[in-house]
Amino acid sequence: MDNRAQHWADTKKLMFKTLGIWFVFSILIHLFAGALNGSSFLGFPLGYYMAAQGSLIVFVITIFWSTTQQEKIDEKHGVAEEDQ
Amino acid sequence: MFKGNFIDNLPKIYGLYTGGFFIFVILMAILEQAGVSASTIGILFVAFTIVIYAAIGFLSRTMQTDAYYVAGREVPTVFNGMATAADWMSGASFVAMAGGIFFGGHSYLAFLVGWTGGYVLVSSLMAPYLRKFGCYTVPDFIGTRYGGNTARFLAVVVLVLASFTYVTAQINATGTIAARALQIPFEIGVWFGLLGILLCSMLGGMRAVTWTQVAQYIVLIIAYLLPVFWMSNALDFGLIPQFSYGAAVERISELEKMHGLGTAATESFAGLRILSTPHSDVAAGGMASWKFISLALCMMLGTCSLPHILMRYFTTPSVKAARKSVAWSLLFIFLLYFTAPALATLSKIQMLDPNLATGIIGKAFSEVQSLDWIQNWSNVGMLAISDSNGDGILQLNEFFMRADIVVLATPEIAGLPYVISGLVAAGGMAAAMSTADGLLLAISNSLSHDMYYKIIDPSADTRKRLIVARVLLIAIGAAGAFVASMKLTSILGAVAWAFDFAMSGLFFPIVLGIWWKRANRQGAIAGMFFGLVSGTAYLYYVGPKFMAMEPWLGIDHLRFGIIGASVSLVAMVVVTLMTEEPDEATQKMVDDLRVPAGDTIIAQK
Repeated sequence: MDNRAQHWADTKKLMFKTLGIWFVFSILIHLFAGALNGSSFLGFPLGYYMAAQGSLIVFVITIFWSTTQQEKIDEKHGVAEEDQ
Repeated sequence: MFKGNFIDNLPKIYGLYTGGFFIFVILMAILEQAGVSASTIGILFVAFTIVIYAAIGFLSRTMQTDAYYVAGREVPTVFNGMATAADWMSGASFVAMAGGIFFGGHSYLAFLVGWTGGYVLVSSLMAPYLRKFGCYTVPDFIGTRYGGNTARFLAVVVLVLASFTYVTAQINATGTIAARALQIPFEIGVWFGLLGILLCSMLGGMRAVTWTQVAQYIVLIIAYLLPVFWMSNALDFGLIPQFSYGAAVERISELEKMHGLGTAATESFAGLRILSTPHSDVAAGGMASWKFISLALCMMLGTCSLPHILMRYFTTPSVKAARKSVAWSLLFIFLLYFTAPALATLSKIQMLDPNLATGIIGKAFSEVQSLDWIQNWSNVGMLAISDSNGDGILQLNEFFMRADIVVLATPEIAGLPYVISGLVAAGGMAAAMSTADGLLLAISNSLSHDMYYKIIDPSADTRKRLIVARVLLIAIGAAGAFVASMKLTSILGAVAWAFDFAMSGLFFPIVLGIWWKRANRQGAIAGMFFGLVSGTAYLYYVGPKFMAMEPWLGIDHLRFGIIGASVSLVAMVVVTLMTEEPDEATQKMVDDLRVPAGDTIIAQK
């Protein structure tokens, strides 16, 4: 596999990882909100907390993490932009 | 004190601006203490901020296409994040969201999850690749990637439909706030709001909108956070309430039982509602879960199909900056969104808890009736109390309120000085104006660039193109204000529709254009056409103001994008596979699109 193809394969892998996290916290976890409300976190019912705050925090961290990873992938394969 | 160019001095300039704004707020507080009337303070707040935005818009005037369409591609990451946050957070986010949570409880939080989760998709699937492409507008990407005027034209149609639906809601919101703050009729307020919006964008296009949006973000975030911090400290929930209002959530559950939540009202007032949904309980059953995730899904896919958001990432200096800037955007948006449920919770506990001085439920009816804020809002028909059972005590099912006013009324409910109410009005105005600016520019840019320049008159010179862009901007703004003044839909309903239209027509053609090399013109045309037509037909079928038929699988008019996007995906894949694969040049284009290094795909003139 040439460098471009390898770069794209790595990029795709990261994309699927990122979307995996996204899927868990945007969709999956809210299907169980009723059950999660049985336990509490920081004094909040957990199901409510995840929708009001928890998922949002995860999204912010995920984006910062995945952009940093993507920059590393670009640099590793020598396709990053030159600094201006 | 300002050495070097404008871009290098941005932190200093906006630092001074923020400091200046705080001084202005303090000045208003002093004026209030000195006996200046509440209405004068309200007028000063709204007028002062609009003058500042207009001044920024004027200073950013330009006659260059690159500056007009993409702010010269020199907007630094963090500032683009702030501008996107203001572009994104509309009157609906600022004014209506906390109120929705206040009345709708957990099921309403789907908007919160959807409007933040969408950015994960924007950053990993779209923004960096569109930046690499070097397009001026979203239809520019569709038109170049797939080739041909039909694809470009369909993309323009989807963009205009989605953005125009959205912009009428924003002009409606600016009109509402202007009408209240300046004490003019709504119909005039709408035109006044439009004037403010056009002053920001007309002379400088994207460049002017960028720098006013940064200024508007600063005003709106201060206006949203300050009252919440204030209430929290007054109620002893700690300095940073967002992490410590859990106890208030628990307390509300107790109070709901005590006040007999769920007892139906015996009277009704048009447009007003009583509190009947539990604050934190999760509705049981598969249907409720499906409704939550289907709404969140619509909002997420809509987020990454809305052109006024995507085009913000065309303004960064590099692909890397575009990607990082999505992260900053979400952080700035998050600051407001994770405060919204805190605001709803603290506002509600102030009303429900009889141990607090501000509590009204369970208090003597005559006493509540004489409160200033109850009277002010009752006079304009946005709130009503009625002693239905004649026991002389205000019960939970005797208090009626419009959901939209929760944010605007909270400072008064909590007994904060009027200066805070003025600040909140200015914040709401900033939120609605900044979004309206972005939307109007998205529409007029795609009409002037994609329709006029690319399809109708490719030989037009720069001057002519920019004049056409401005004429269109005014015409579309006027059309928006005209539709808004007719008050056809609620603010929030119109916003949800815009997301559904955008995802029905644009989501898969954009994503597959980047991630699926095989996707071709015929497929994209089919995807946009059938997605939009099926979504619109379904909206007509279930829409309460149209045929009002029983929704299929709980997919109601707020969620019609689920149908549109599914049809779009199937149509696009099937038609693509039935027709031949794109030519060599197009495949090479997609390969180049996927790496940050190298020149942009389109070299703009």
